[in-house]
This record gives sequence, structure tokens and C-alpha cells, in this order.
Amino acid sequence: MEYRLTTPLTKEALAPLRAGDTVLLSGIVYTARDAAHKRMTEQLDRGEELPFPIQGAAVYYVGPTPERPGCCIGAAGPTTAGRMDSYTPRLLDLGLAAMIGKGARSQAVKDSVVKNGAVYLGALGGAGALMAASVEELEIIAWPDLGCEAVRKLRVKDMPLTVLLDPAGGDLYQSGPAAYLESLEKK
Amino acid sequence: MKVITQEEISSLVARLCIQANTSLPADIREALDKAREEEPWPLARATLGLLQDNLTLAGEKCLPICQDTGMACVFVELGQQVALEGDLEEAIHEGVRRGYDQGYLRKSVVGDPLNRVNTGDNTPAFITTHLVPGDTLTITVAPKGAGSENMSRLAMLKPADGVEGVKAFILDTVLKAGSNPCPPIVLGIGIGGSFDKVAYLAKKALLRPIDQPNPDPYYADLEQELLEKINATGIGPQGFGGRTTCLGLAIEQMPTHVACLPVAVNMSCHVTRRATGSL
Repeated sequence: MEYRLTTPLTKEALAPLRAGDTVLLSGIVYTARDAAHKRMTEQLDRGEELPFPIQGAAVYYVGPTPERPGCCIGAAGPTTAGRMDSYTPRLLDLGLAAMIGKGARSQAVKDSVVKNGAVYLGALGGAGALMAASVEELEIIAWPDLGCEAVRKLRVKDMPLTVLLDPAGGDLYQSGPAAYLESLEKK
Repeated sequence: MKVITQEEISSLVARLCIQANTSLPADIREALDKAREEEPWPLARATLGLLQDNLTLAGEKCLPICQDTGMACVFVELGQQVALEGDLEEAIHEGVRRGYDQGYLRKSVVGDPLNRVNTGDNTPAFITTHLVPGDTLTITVAPKGAGSENMSRLAMLKPADGVEGVKAFILDTVLKAGSNPCPPIVLGIGIGGSFDKVAYLAKKALLRPIDQPNPDPYYADLEQELLEKINATGIGPQGFGGRTTCLGLAIEQMPTHVACLPVAVNMSCHVTRRATGSL
């Protein structure tokens, strides 16, 4: 199935999504990776506001290359999401609706995705030029000292994504290879 | 004696950093094309097609193929008849600084592994130098991203583990890595030597074009067997399932101690980058 979704995302909009479905995402996506997640967690510990409204938000684990003159973004494929696992359940509990990245997540993240009716969406790993093509605007909104790891607000149109973890507990990294291997047995 | 200046080296390294990050070597592109033609699983075939589209788009828009433009791993073959004017390593660092600035490449190096402040210019380069006969200086820049690098592993096996132990370790490394290193992967494998040499061998193996088998038929057969086993795991492109888990792999071997069997796997991805130039 293919779904067109626009941020902010509601649980109702995410509920029908299943691992392996395609999502074309439009609206606002915030970027954050290791260093930004560490700082966001420290903000929460101190009782401070996060750099962006977390309720219904989509976070993209990405550190783009510098933009060339006349381009709004450089190459912008996903980074390995597992490095953010330890920070993630807390953000999901606060209303984070979608994570965009690549690679397997911990059991704690999977459980939290189901509990909160959230999704984990896959961008194509190593396809920096392709993923950048759906970004229309970029603004650094926090921690410019972090360079490529600064928090950016991206406006995206029809960003092509694949559902990796769904609200019903589906996991494409389990079901995808299993379905392929099963197809070989049937031959 | 042939004289080569610091400036000539910096210019060459800068050019190679940009070239490596925006256009893939022919062997990797051809392996991707062949994999797509032979891939039986529809989602995997479509995914490989998107990776090909990405290469085209990167070329058209002068964008890096992958946003992780890597640590600048630089391999130097220095002819013994070359007289260097200036400092070789400083010349390479300066080349990396220029290439990553002029090519709009991402600066991904922190100056200290624990205090983690970005150096801001992607230096230092990670330099390996070998003296060779002749009067030529050959430099290969092989930018290495962390998504795959972090999935690399090294083991000091027992001689009794033998080739079966080596195969089991390599397959286990691929299975543990799963979707993280952005499959389809490329593997550099080192066998033998010492703790430090085996890691170097694995890295060096990634410099060999993947369509060139090991010159020793025993190891060439082992490469083929491992490739088939890895492509039977079902991980597939991006870990979504399919045949194409690995585009190719290379083994480099060397003598070792009577009591040692070191093995190292340097994991790389479908964006295995290298560019070579000579002075």
C-alpha cells in the first residue's frame, strides 16, 4: 500500500500503516542525530522546552552535506538509527510520531512504537542525492555549533519512505527477508 | 631524483576527495547493474533501481552520492626515487581540507574520541604510507562512512578453528550487521598477520576492485563461496529482503604466528568509494 501523509501526524493517520508499505511524506521534518539527541535529553532533564514541538512530529536522523550555492540542501540520506535507541522511548512517550532512518532498532524502541502508536520509517541508506530531492526548504533552528548535527527544520514534499516498524508490531527487517527466503523454499 | 612539491600533493588529494565522493569506481557501478539484472525479488530489484537512480542524480546535481562523505582514508605508495619538497603528511591534510571545503563535502571528524568536538575541516586524514621502487608517488583516497565501518569486526581465532571458523566468523559478522551497513555491502577481509596487520589487510582488501579475484586459487574459491553464502542469507538490499546482500568481497592474506589465526572484516556498503592518482 502507498500512503500520502502530512505532518503533524496523528495516531489515527498512522494506525493503518504496515511494515513494507510506502509513505510519501510532506510537511515539516526535524533533523536530529547523536549529539542533538543528547542535548534534547539534557533539556528534558532540566525541565526545559525542546527546540521543536514534539507532539505529532517527524524526526529524520540525518546529517546533510553543506548546501552548494543555489541549492537548499546537500546530500541527505539517513544515518544508522540504532545509535539513537537509548534516547528514543522517552521522546515517543512525549508524542514523537515518526522516526526516519535506517537500520534495526532495539526491543525497547519496538515496544515503545507499539505502545505509542508511532512509526519508524526507512529512508534509502546511502542514497544521499535521491533523498535530498524531496527537500524544499531548510532552516537551522538549534545548536549551529554542532555543524552537520545541528537541528534543522526541513520542509519536504513527497519524501519517499518505507514503513519499517508499524503500530501493530510489524518489522520489515524480520518480515522482508523471511518472505524472500520462504519464496525460495516454494520453488 | 624526481622532485614533488607539497602543493602538487595537496592539489591531487583535493581533487581525489571530490572525485571519490561524487562518482563510484567502475567495478562497483557494474556490480550494482549486474545485481539488479539478476535480482529475483521485486522489492529488492526496485530498491537496487533507486540506488542506481541516486548515482545518476548525484552526477547531474554535483551532489555527493552519500551524505556521509567519510573519514579521508589516504593510501600512499611513495617511490624510493622521489625527493619530497615539504612535508608529505601536512600536504595530504591540506588536500583533504581543500577538497572537503571546495567539494561541499561533510566534515565528519571529531578531534578526540571522548570529548568529541568536530575539527571543522575533516582533518586529520588517516594516512597509510608504503615505500615502493621507482620514482612515482601514487595516492588513493578512499572516503569511509561510519554506518558500515561501525559494523566491522576482528577476531583472534585459534588455529584449530581453521577455515570453517573463519567462514563462520565472517557470516556471523554479516548477520549481526543486518540492515545497519546499508546493504548491498562490500567486504574487505584480512586473514593472518598480527592484531594490527589483519585490520590493515581488511582495509587494503577494499581497495582491490571487486571483479578481481584473489590471485591464489584457494582464496579465490573461498571468496566465491563466501559471496554465495552471504547472498543466501536473505537480508537483501537495505535489509528489506532479497538475494543481493553483498556486491562483492576481497580477501587479503599473509603469514602469521604458529599460535595465531587473526581474521578481520572491514564492512563497506554499495557506496564503496576510491579514487587514485599519480605524480
